[in-house]
Amino acid sequence: MHGLRLAFNYLRIGVLNEFQYRANFYIQILQTFIALATGLIGLNLVFSQTDQLGGWSKPELLAVMGVFITMGGVIRSAIQPNMERLMEEIREGKLDFALTKPADAQLLVSVREFRFWQTVDVITGMVVMGVALAQMNWLISGWSALGFFTAIAMGAVMIYCFWLMITTTAFWFVRVHEIANLFEGLYAAGRWPIDIYPNWLRIGLTFLVPVAFAVTVPAEALTGRLTFQTWIGAFVLTIVLFTIARTIWKIGLRSYSGASA
Amino acid sequence: MKRYFDYYRATMKLSVLEQLQYPVANYFYMIGMIAEPVIYMVVWSAVARQQGGMVGGYTPGAFAAYYIVWTLVRNMNIVFTPYGWEWRIREGQLSMSLLRPIHPLHGDVAYFAGWKVVVILLWLPLAFILSLIFKPELDPTLLQGVVFFFAIWMAYLIRTMILSLLGMVTFWTTRVSALFELYFAAELILSGRLVPLSLMPDWVQKLAWFFPFRWAFGFPIEALVGNLSTSDLFTGLGMQLAWILFGVISVSLIWKIAIRRFSAVGG
Repeated sequence: MHGLRLAFNYLRIGVLNEFQYRANFYIQILQTFIALATGLIGLNLVFSQTDQLGGWSKPELLAVMGVFITMGGVIRSAIQPNMERLMEEIREGKLDFALTKPADAQLLVSVREFRFWQTVDVITGMVVMGVALAQMNWLISGWSALGFFTAIAMGAVMIYCFWLMITTTAFWFVRVHEIANLFEGLYAAGRWPIDIYPNWLRIGLTFLVPVAFAVTVPAEALTGRLTFQTWIGAFVLTIVLFTIARTIWKIGLRSYSGASA
Repeated sequence: MKRYFDYYRATMKLSVLEQLQYPVANYFYMIGMIAEPVIYMVVWSAVARQQGGMVGGYTPGAFAAYYIVWTLVRNMNIVFTPYGWEWRIREGQLSMSLLRPIHPLHGDVAYFAGWKVVVILLWLPLAFILSLIFKPELDPTLLQGVVFFFAIWMAYLIRTMILSLLGMVTFWTTRVSALFELYFAAELILSGRLVPLSLMPDWVQKLAWFFPFRWAFGFPIEALVGNLSTSDLFTGLGMQLAWILFGVISVSLIWKIAIRRFSAVGG
């Protein structure tokens, strides 16, 4: 309970902070619009040559794109900024300030930043999903809807665990800045359903970088393909990843020696 | 002339030495970049297979060749970014380079050219691995190889000039990121970066002729992997040369006007 209140307070501060820079809101809208337009152009180019891709029709791929945009917004508003700040603080030895506070350190470093304007992406993605669902005549069952919401929440948790694990390696390697760039490149693979990729890449995108669970699985739920086995698999993997991430974080903390502060 | 030659040689050597110190960082960067063409390659190969093995004149093997060469051309396309110009102007970093008896652009051109040497070296093993996985169909003639060699360096110069022009807008206004974003989106679509231009609708292909984008990106790739006729190859080189000339002339003209507006805010 205390943790939730803490997270909520940081969220509020983050939002207030962003409201000081309203011009950024318009820039964000433009960026979202450009990304959406190029995504749609790519999709239309593919479907000007074929009428299905790996068993997915155009409205179904539009749903994938919607999930991709929404999840991208979640990552860039709530996950990535926190992890980048953490990286920075580990490198500069400023993490002491967070560690000495009387709250769970992992919770604290995970909620300190929130980029409110990025939620434009979250909303845009939802609109895209809505359009896709309308094109599919709203053929979505209650179970699918439930599957979708749980899958997207688990996907976000998995991406968070992935980021935390990578960031934690900064305790040993210090220079992990390029990781952000690497992640963005790999996340872009989520724009298309994971089953079109060759085997080795599919496995990598499922278990190394959980893009499959973050984007494809929720999209499967939206398009009525999600099986109960996949859902259970996602559930188990979420718990496993979270446990591993927390363990690595604890081990990493032990090798942290504040350089300044 | 000799002065410039020495300056270029020294700056390039320095940049090679500097970049060789960060092979891991450079590799991470390149792997992140390679994800993009691999995605396009997989998607379009899937489309080609569904359409009976070919789409827009490209087989899966041809797509593989296109996008593997893409990775090299993309790397050659990395130049001093307009965001760098923005930083340079906004923070007053330019003041220092203005004190030197040489145009600051020479420094950019030489430094990044040196970096390219490192990039090409690091690219070779990556290209080899990608070729093993995706089996490109690549069978260039000697002429194509020679044209390609010149085309990638000319592409480098075109993009340097155009992006410097774009970056120099910062002399007039410091809210430039929206403009940059629009530019990069247009480039993505009209250059052949997203898909080979021959897959685009006709009017887009015609439109792309009049912008610098395809000459800095699609043309070098097609020169090596496509079936361009000899006259197409030389027309392409001619267009590249024209864009470089246009770039150099506009950069120097605008520079002369812009530099009068520059008042360092710090630096």
